[in-house]
Amino acid sequence: MSVLLELLSGVFLLAGSILCITGGIGLLRMPDFFARVHAAGVTETLAAPLLLIGLMLQMDWSLDLVKVLFILLIVLATNPTASHSMAKAALHGGQRPLLADNDNDNTEDASSKA
Amino acid sequence: MLQAAVIAILVTMVLALIRAFLGPTEYDRMLAANSFGTKTVLLLSLGGYLLSWNSYLDVALLYALINFIGTIAVMRFFEYKHPMHEGGDSGGTQ
Repeated sequence: MSVLLELLSGVFLLAGSILCITGGIGLLRMPDFFARVHAAGVTETLAAPLLLIGLMLQMDWSLDLVKVLFILLIVLATNPTASHSMAKAALHGGQRPLLADNDNDNTEDASSKA
Repeated sequence: MLQAAVIAILVTMVLALIRAFLGPTEYDRMLAANSFGTKTVLLLSLGGYLLSWNSYLDVALLYALINFIGTIAVMRFFEYKHPMHEGGDSGGTQ
């Protein structure tokens, strides 16, 4: 049972780590702000619960387990809200998504047009 | 495997810091700062359990809440900074 829990925790932690690094690379390499929000927000929303579940599987029954569960619920609720807030603020602040038909369209041009 | 997860979180924090210093707009910097804060919560939870700190989960819980509030506050500021000036100017000229 302990070996099985350790193995399951390792699988969760490995998946969370891979998603974490994927989000970081997407945050660094995506061409547009909205693509960066997508890369960072979506992967973080899945990476944080995977890492925290992997941590919960290694802990024994105590109050700390409930605290980790609360951190998981808070991250799961607030992370998409923060991503939505950032995308909405950027759209209202004059940023426009990079589309295929206007490939050399700068953000200053879009903000002066809008 | 917990050590590997901590190392992955540290690598992601470095990538987010590079984006925060490099970001063309203020939205990019705030996105990188929010990502950095979420990774800090994860690093506090995993690293505190790994190093057997005392009350690390309270700190992580509080940091998650403050990170969300700070991101929402700064983004509301960015959102309503420009249209209020433009609306005030156009209203004055009209």
